[in-house]
Amino acid sequence: MTNADSEFVGPVSEIAPSRGWVALKLRELWAYRELLYFLVWRDIKVRYKQTALGAAWAIIQPFFTMVVFSVFFGSLAKMPSDGIPYPIFAFAALVPWTFFANGLTQASNSLVGNSALIKKVYFPRLAIPIAGVLSNLVDFALAFVVLLLMMVYFKLWPTVAILWLPLLLLLAFVTALGVGLWFSALNVEFRDVRYVVPFLTQFWMFATPVAYPSSLLHEPWRTLYGLNPMAGVVEGFRWALLGNANAPGPLIWASAAAALVILVSGAFYFRRMERTFADVV
Amino acid sequence: MGDLVIRAEGLSKRYRIGAHPRAYRTLRESVVEAAGAPLRWAGAAMRRQLRGAAGENEIWALRDVWFEVHQGEVLGLIGRNGAGKSTLLKILSKITEPSAGRVRVAGRVGSLLEVGTGFHPELTGRENIFLNGAILGMRREEILKRFDAIVDFSEVERFIDTPVKHYSSGMYLRLAFAVAAHLDPEILLVDEVLAVGDIRFQQKCLGKMETVGREGRTVLFVSHNMPAVLRLCERAILLDEGQIVADGQAQPIVARYLNLDQTVQETTAEVEWPHPADAPGEEGVRLKSLRLRSASGAPQGEFDVREPIEVEIQFWVLDEAPNVVPMFRVYNEHGVCVFAAAPTHDGLFAGRSRAAGTYTARCRIPGDFMAEGTYALEVAVRTLFPRRFFVPRVKLLNFRVHDRGMGDSVKGEYRGVWPGTVAPVFDWRSEFSPRVESAG
Repeated sequence: MTNADSEFVGPVSEIAPSRGWVALKLRELWAYRELLYFLVWRDIKVRYKQTALGAAWAIIQPFFTMVVFSVFFGSLAKMPSDGIPYPIFAFAALVPWTFFANGLTQASNSLVGNSALIKKVYFPRLAIPIAGVLSNLVDFALAFVVLLLMMVYFKLWPTVAILWLPLLLLLAFVTALGVGLWFSALNVEFRDVRYVVPFLTQFWMFATPVAYPSSLLHEPWRTLYGLNPMAGVVEGFRWALLGNANAPGPLIWASAAAALVILVSGAFYFRRMERTFADVV
Repeated sequence: MGDLVIRAEGLSKRYRIGAHPRAYRTLRESVVEAAGAPLRWAGAAMRRQLRGAAGENEIWALRDVWFEVHQGEVLGLIGRNGAGKSTLLKILSKITEPSAGRVRVAGRVGSLLEVGTGFHPELTGRENIFLNGAILGMRREEILKRFDAIVDFSEVERFIDTPVKHYSSGMYLRLAFAVAAHLDPEILLVDEVLAVGDIRFQQKCLGKMETVGREGRTVLFVSHNMPAVLRLCERAILLDEGQIVADGQAQPIVARYLNLDQTVQETTAEVEWPHPADAPGEEGVRLKSLRLRSASGAPQGEFDVREPIEVEIQFWVLDEAPNVVPMFRVYNEHGVCVFAAAPTHDGLFAGRSRAAGTYTARCRIPGDFMAEGTYALEVAVRTLFPRRFFVPRVKLLNFRVHDRGMGDSVKGEYRGVWPGTVAPVFDWRSEFSPRVESAG
């Protein structure tokens, strides 16, 4: 092998069929970080072009959901909200939830949506779903500002727990990306995913304590509930921002573990399927 | 250190076309398949049967391809559509994996399989330069450094801050090629991008590619444009049905490819349809016959360069038809249309309609006009306005023109190849004066 190398002008890389599970090649992904940046930048730039309301959509979506929830769950159904005014109780959960749901949807459709790129250029394919989730951070930031304004309105002041917020956001990102990796790779071969995702996000929202508190459950069920990583994210957000007495505790660790499993398995599955993307998409 | 940059060893690529019209599977199909799996294991015979069925749905885009490329080579990949050229470039640029074999590559590979990959219509020219550059593997500072050169090359400076959806297709392509042309890889893979833009821009692109070649970078160039291949490449690989048919000096391989592409090698001096029912044509117009004759009147397919060629087109008008006109075109072996002819000034075809009957149109191509070579004659019966074909353009006859070197053609006593698409003998008027005058 090394003998043959001396015939070449320089270091040699080999292109050969791969089999089974393959390495993630995170180093290569890092080398392409500028492309990742440009993909995110493109998604953000293009998202609200030719829309009349533009970036206001980033706020409208969670805000009106919050209004609907407040009317039906808060006022009519008298849902308990851990002693916090129901509107902000719901909104503090809807902001990370919207980030998750949109990120997941975008990541799932990202490979099919970028099929022209995949067929014509090589780059680490992982960059596409990652960019799909990351580009939702801007929407998140806008909605978060509204959340802060609402906190001022309801005179709720965050405690030192707010320092956990970046980690909780990371948890939402990891979950969205992990599920997004699974779905985007599946979507290449099974276009059924397109129909599954909207249904799943809707279903998942009701399986997550967005409209109701997780304190409705007693231990050990509450910790087990954390296996839905978004339960941890949503409860964590309320705790970090609103000074909710119900600290998520062990629930959050269950969430983190579950999210990590989804992400790692998703990444390996994605890499395994990657070799056929250009042929099938 | 050697000078090898690419070595392909037994490279093969298989595509499954079983799922063809819909390349992706639905979950239901997969579930059905998975449910059937235990059944399949039941008997080896059944499994063999299934494997046989799978084999029929496979297509080998590349099969056992071996070649080497040395540093600084500009290599042309030629072949018909579906010969495997683009698949080969896709494997080399890591877009798709080979099914078997391997390639070893030394150096950074830049591929240009399509201009404007990743261009977004909503973004401005400036923004797209950065996006497209990043997609093609350029770093931000590289793009910044070359930004002015790219804009300059693309000639769209005035519109650089306009979304590209407002660009004309020419501007779009120019900008896209400009970004790609400023890529700086050690190995450049180019697929048919010269087929874009107007002639002037194509020439500019070719010039740019030549520069790249001269800079000592390695270029693999897929094209159907044979003059471009000859201009750029010293070496060529001819692919056919996924296999290498020829590898070596570009000139003879291009010639071989052009021959390969010619469907009829023999000359065909006449075709005739005895019955209108099976003759080509539509709506009451049918082609009856097509003939090439020498001055003596006998049908023939070989002509001396000095003798005239008579083209005879016969067609039937079964019912009264609109003002159809017979036409023909003559193509040389490079696929160039040497000329087109129609009885534009013939009184017979002047009226606004054609009465039912048999029409015979004869055209005389003068001697000392066609260059030596093999030609294809394409015929059509059509109206000129509105543009409508009753007998579609079909290449039906082939003929050859020789110069026997008798000394009275344009070549005179010269024995070499006479350049030019035609070889007419013109009138020359020359004078001689014994005085030697100095200018001014």
